[in-house]
Amino acid sequence: MEEPLFSLHDTALEPQRLRERLQQHACGGFVSFEGWVRDHNEGRRVLRLEYEAFAPLALREGARILNEARERFGVQHVHCAHRVGALAIGDIAVWVGVSATHRGECFEACRYIIDEVKHRVPIWKKEHYESGDSGWVNCEHCAVAAQRREPKTEAESETETSDAHEHAQSHSHSHA
Amino acid sequence: MSAPSAPPLYGLVLAGGHSRRMHRDKALLQYAGRMQLQRALELLASRVQASFVSVRADQRAEPTRADHALIVDLAPGLGPIGGIQAALHAQPQCAWLVLACDLPFLTAATLDHLLERRDPRRLATAYRSSHDGLPEPLCAVFEPACREPIDQWIAAGKRCPRQWLAASDALLLEPLEAQALENINTPEQYASALGQLQTGTTRRLRVRYFALLREQAGRADEELASAARTPLELYEELRARRGLGLAPEALRVAINDEFGDWRTHLCEGDTVAFLPPVAGG
Repeated sequence: MEEPLFSLHDTALEPQRLRERLQQHACGGFVSFEGWVRDHNEGRRVLRLEYEAFAPLALREGARILNEARERFGVQHVHCAHRVGALAIGDIAVWVGVSATHRGECFEACRYIIDEVKHRVPIWKKEHYESGDSGWVNCEHCAVAAQRREPKTEAESETETSDAHEHAQSHSHSHA
Repeated sequence: MSAPSAPPLYGLVLAGGHSRRMHRDKALLQYAGRMQLQRALELLASRVQASFVSVRADQRAEPTRADHALIVDLAPGLGPIGGIQAALHAQPQCAWLVLACDLPFLTAATLDHLLERRDPRRLATAYRSSHDGLPEPLCAVFEPACREPIDQWIAAGKRCPRQWLAASDALLLEPLEAQALENINTPEQYASALGQLQTGTTRRLRVRYFALLREQAGRADEELASAARTPLELYEELRARRGLGLAPEALRVAINDEFGDWRTHLCEGDTVAFLPPVAGG
């Protein structure tokens, strides 16, 4: 029985174990990516963070992304594991692994998977800052824009920020 | 000298009538489990900076009205124009989106259309009635410059807000939806409206909130009976009730654990999840 392509974990990810699952003698290449919890974001010092997921849909959409990667890049074995719950600085938040016959498609598939996961999977991140406050990444400026909304005149439309927030916009932080 | 931008918009629900023909307080009538007064306030909530309920002096202690910010008529017996006059005096720098409390067919779409077309340089913006083409004052925007003309109208012994609109520099719009402005004044009309809205029906629905929405709603999920036909209507209802701060344009919606469309028709027992902008990885 096939393992789920995308998995959620509420305890520490174990890269060695995840990697073993993708080891196949027919594969000549393996690429993996790890996203680590970083100690700063947008000029603020981060102490810790939390991930929250809409699990049923996250698993479904994650599996779709991994299947897309397999088809598009012709890779054989893929997996993405994502943390939920409380994480400390330096923890692995997400792990992506790809093994295939050749290395080229491994790199491409791995990049595709992490980029799509970040844009599409219903998982949210809350950062806790050194200053004592906290915030949901990508959410806070939407809330501000909605509160400032007033009936439009020509003058006011110019000052209105992008209320029609594109869901797939670039994120406030990215992994190296 | 004209102001560079529109005056701030406040909301007013007219609930100061005597409901003589209904023989019951119209503001308290329920459709699909919600009182008229509450529904009108919910429609206003996301569209104005603050909402008030217009009342007669003797209604100030009426329990349903007393829960809300009130504006009391300056003089008795003036009818709806008295409520409008009192609001213009209470906040002379504001424009007022005025709603009657007996418009059970009023929709968010009709209100949004009115607000999009609003011309703050005119005295008021209102719809024409789909029956007779005359102005409909009971779902209209009155600009602050109305205050003196309305005072003069009343001082001259005139009462009809419809005739005031017809005689003034008001922008009149063709109605967007014919039935939206139908007002319900008699028990027979109420029974008929109930029948029509009941086939629109309430459904039991489950709602899930995540991340910032979960914090704003104060809960991860809830079950409710709602007449909302689509996730968009449901979100409008919950946005007002729970004080949610994100606009639907910023969200995605999921129905029964799969990404969905805001305008899909909901079914009994559906679970609807509202998803803020994601940040995984």
